[in-house]
Amino acid sequence: MKRQIPLAIAFICGIGMIIQFFIPHPVSQRTYQEALQWQIIVGIFMAIIAIRSLFVVHIDKIKRKKEGWGYSFITLFAVLFTAFVGIRIGIGEDSLFSHLYAYIMVPMQSTMFSLLAFYMASAAYRAFKARTAQATLLLVVALIVMFGRVPIGEKVAPWLPAFIEWILMYPNMAAQRGILLGVGLGMIATSLKIILGIERGYLGGG
Amino acid sequence: MNFLEKMMNIDRRWIYLLVGICVLVPLIRPVGLPTSLTPYTKALFDYIDKIPADGPAVLISFDFDPSTAPELQPMAQSILRHCFSKDINVMCLGLMPTYIGMIDIALSSVKDEYGAVSGEDFVFLPYVPGVTAVMLSMGESIVNTFGRDYYGIPLDSLSMMQHIRNYDDVALVVSISGSAMPQSWAVLVGTTYHVKVGVGTTAVSAAEYYSWLQTGQFIGMLGGLKGAAEYENLIESKGYTIEGFRKVATKGMDAQSFVHILMIVLIIIGNIAFFSLRKKSRQI
Repeated sequence: MKRQIPLAIAFICGIGMIIQFFIPHPVSQRTYQEALQWQIIVGIFMAIIAIRSLFVVHIDKIKRKKEGWGYSFITLFAVLFTAFVGIRIGIGEDSLFSHLYAYIMVPMQSTMFSLLAFYMASAAYRAFKARTAQATLLLVVALIVMFGRVPIGEKVAPWLPAFIEWILMYPNMAAQRGILLGVGLGMIATSLKIILGIERGYLGGG
Repeated sequence: MNFLEKMMNIDRRWIYLLVGICVLVPLIRPVGLPTSLTPYTKALFDYIDKIPADGPAVLISFDFDPSTAPELQPMAQSILRHCFSKDINVMCLGLMPTYIGMIDIALSSVKDEYGAVSGEDFVFLPYVPGVTAVMLSMGESIVNTFGRDYYGIPLDSLSMMQHIRNYDDVALVVSISGSAMPQSWAVLVGTTYHVKVGVGTTAVSAAEYYSWLQTGQFIGMLGGLKGAAEYENLIESKGYTIEGFRKVATKGMDAQSFVHILMIVLIIIGNIAFFSLRKKSRQI
């Protein structure tokens, strides 16, 4: 039953929503609106499960004094403190909650992402080599696009932006569209497999 | 060890130092190189420019967090400036908890410049879990989806929301994102509810969206810091900015120019050293 009930729910909901899409009747529309509300409510419960999971993992780390357990302590403290500030003191402009975001979250995330520029420069220097014909093509196009997408490149070669637009609009788009079609077909196939109970990975347990 | 061998084994900290210099120097002493206008930036600007004052709203979906903010926040702020200066109603939405803070920062820095008032000129929608469910639910009723605005005021009591029920009253959705969120807007909202969708994205993601632009699923696109700089130039040239307007993206373009040149030079040096050493080792 632990497997049959979720499979039945997935089948009924999946088929039901497909049929509903093609029926422009008030009852069908109400069902659709109700389903959307349910989906939002399920999303809220997912957040509760995620928070529980976060606490279970980090409390276990602290209890067992695993390597880096201090960071787990900081994580849990940050979660509880932010929640306390948001719920008890309130949110809004110039609130402590928005200051926590602006002066802690923003600098931390920006710093982490900014470091990428340094690593990318070093990695490009060491790894971006014209070893094969394909790699050479990629390298040459990348250099042209990098040079032409900045003002200094436009100044040196005024024809470059138009050429780059051509690269993006034709060779790039042809490849992207192929990928998109593949992804789209894959999504349809996977959705059908889930609705029909062939793909059961979401039930857990392999 | 000759020069090329030295170059191949250069300490990465020298590269970090060069990148640091190339970013910092132009930010401290801007060069002010001009940025050309791409057709997709112009298309988005023109579309917003034609929206009537106090008519259908522009929904700006802040689909990014601080990690991509240097590229995307200037876009959001420029679009807000454009809308506020033309009295176009704006709804700001964040579909993830970390996106909400970006709206707060953008509105705080822009609304006072134009005297924009919450509930009259803009509505700050709160976070509601369920990304795609929220997108679709807004097509039925925006008030029912959110209930209250970010500040806790019931949406149906706001004057701006008296004539905005669902996507029928939205002239344009602009998804500013460093992820695949604009695709969801185009597929779920653009196709289902026939709303025009525009996109602002990071330079890395811009290449993905050319096929969407060609089909008309996106009416325009701001690609990376360059797109943001172009939009800044457009709103300034049309007189939609206040005196002393800081063109953040335009200043950033100088730094990006120098870093791109550095990367190109490093890649070329790296390749020359690699092939010279390979040739030498084959001869031995």
